[in-house]
Amino acid sequence: MRNLWIFITKYNAFFLFLIFEISSLLIYIKYNSFQKASFINSTSQVTGTLYGQVDALKGYLSLKETNDSLARENAKLRGQLKASFYVDSVDKRKVNDTVYKQQYSYIVAKVINNSFNKRSNYITIDRGSRDGIQKDMGVITGAGVVGQVIQVTDHLAIIQSVLHKNTRFSAMLAGTKDIGSFVWGNDLDPHKGLLIDIQNNAQPKVGDSVVTSGYSLFPTGIPFGKITNLHAKGGGLLINVEVALAVDFTKLQYVYVVNNKFAGEQTGLEAVQNKNE
Amino acid sequence: MNKRDWRPYKTKMSRTILINLLRFIVLVFIQVFLLKNITFYNLATPYFYILFILLLPFEVPNVLLFVLSFVLGLTIDAFYDTPGLHASACVVLALVRVLFISITVQKDGFDNEPEPTLSIMGFRWFFTYALILTLFHHFFLLNLEVFSFSEIQYTLSRVVLSSLFTVFLILISGLLFFRRKERK
Repeated sequence: MRNLWIFITKYNAFFLFLIFEISSLLIYIKYNSFQKASFINSTSQVTGTLYGQVDALKGYLSLKETNDSLARENAKLRGQLKASFYVDSVDKRKVNDTVYKQQYSYIVAKVINNSFNKRSNYITIDRGSRDGIQKDMGVITGAGVVGQVIQVTDHLAIIQSVLHKNTRFSAMLAGTKDIGSFVWGNDLDPHKGLLIDIQNNAQPKVGDSVVTSGYSLFPTGIPFGKITNLHAKGGGLLINVEVALAVDFTKLQYVYVVNNKFAGEQTGLEAVQNKNE
Repeated sequence: MNKRDWRPYKTKMSRTILINLLRFIVLVFIQVFLLKNITFYNLATPYFYILFILLLPFEVPNVLLFVLSFVLGLTIDAFYDTPGLHASACVVLALVRVLFISITVQKDGFDNEPEPTLSIMGFRWFFTYALILTLFHHFFLLNLEVFSFSEIQYTLSRVVLSSLFTVFLILISGLLFFRRKERK
């Protein structure tokens, strides 16, 4: 027994190493899947507040760009107003239109923490469950798709960015409606993504837009980006193409969280169907 | 008589603790709010915060060394949203530090050389020390982050370039604080 004690104290560094290394690896493997909420992340009280304050300071540096993008978006939205269309038939009576009901609504949020140079990138925003944000909602900007909400607390939420090794969204070519999957490439480039598994009778061209297909959490037609290279690696029987991302992830300021009113209904329905099979 | 004996020792001790605490906070702030946003061609990312572990005094007990490394790693993890990743790399770093110091520094020299800084230990020793420890840390960190062998070539080049970047920053910080330490 005494010899054992001497042995342990003599090589104490090694045993300490074992203890701490095993515990940290356990933490890493246990919380790696991220969906399991943990205390050690940027939605916690301390780190969240710090990030918020530093971001408030940094916001001043990019006021001009934010203004520009908001102005552009305003112009685009103004173009969609009813008032900006010419009515070529004369209305005689007022019709209460019950055909259109709102399916998607948008919650604006400010990005308070963002990363884009790792293998798995996450974005933290300053809106949480109190503002109506729930897990699995889609996130976009005026320019295009940003990601998906994966974790929510009262005041903050974490988004799994498009720049993440597990991100996979249903996408299609804007012109021909050929369906594929949108993923991030392997080379950690924050300006490039891949559209994979397109049926090989499709004929994509350089410059074609890639947009959301509507099978996912987003409204149809939100852009991912434009095709830059038709011969991406891999693929085999199916076609893979490279896409220049429409959103500049290095300069994210404000995002919109998409609230799909039918999402709960759809997943419930599909869950029932899956159970029946 | 007794009182006089322990007093200078205690003030020296509390001074070391204060300096290291300050260093911890400053390095975490630099890493999280400045260096986190820096990357060269998606290849070189500096992890400058490990300087805290490198500069802990020689006399620090092994238990404290490992606890501090673990806590530093977890703090960085909290900001990087990667629980356990930096902590495990920092614990590896602590072990390599213990081995490296036990091989290269004689125990009785500790009185004159309280801290392994550039000004006290000289350029050659400090450079090898920083380089080897940084390489080990980055190798574990980046491989654990990717967690697959299929991209090993790319990961290794990231390890080497990031290490060079980090060592560069460490040496510069050593030179910046060179004189002040020597005068003391």
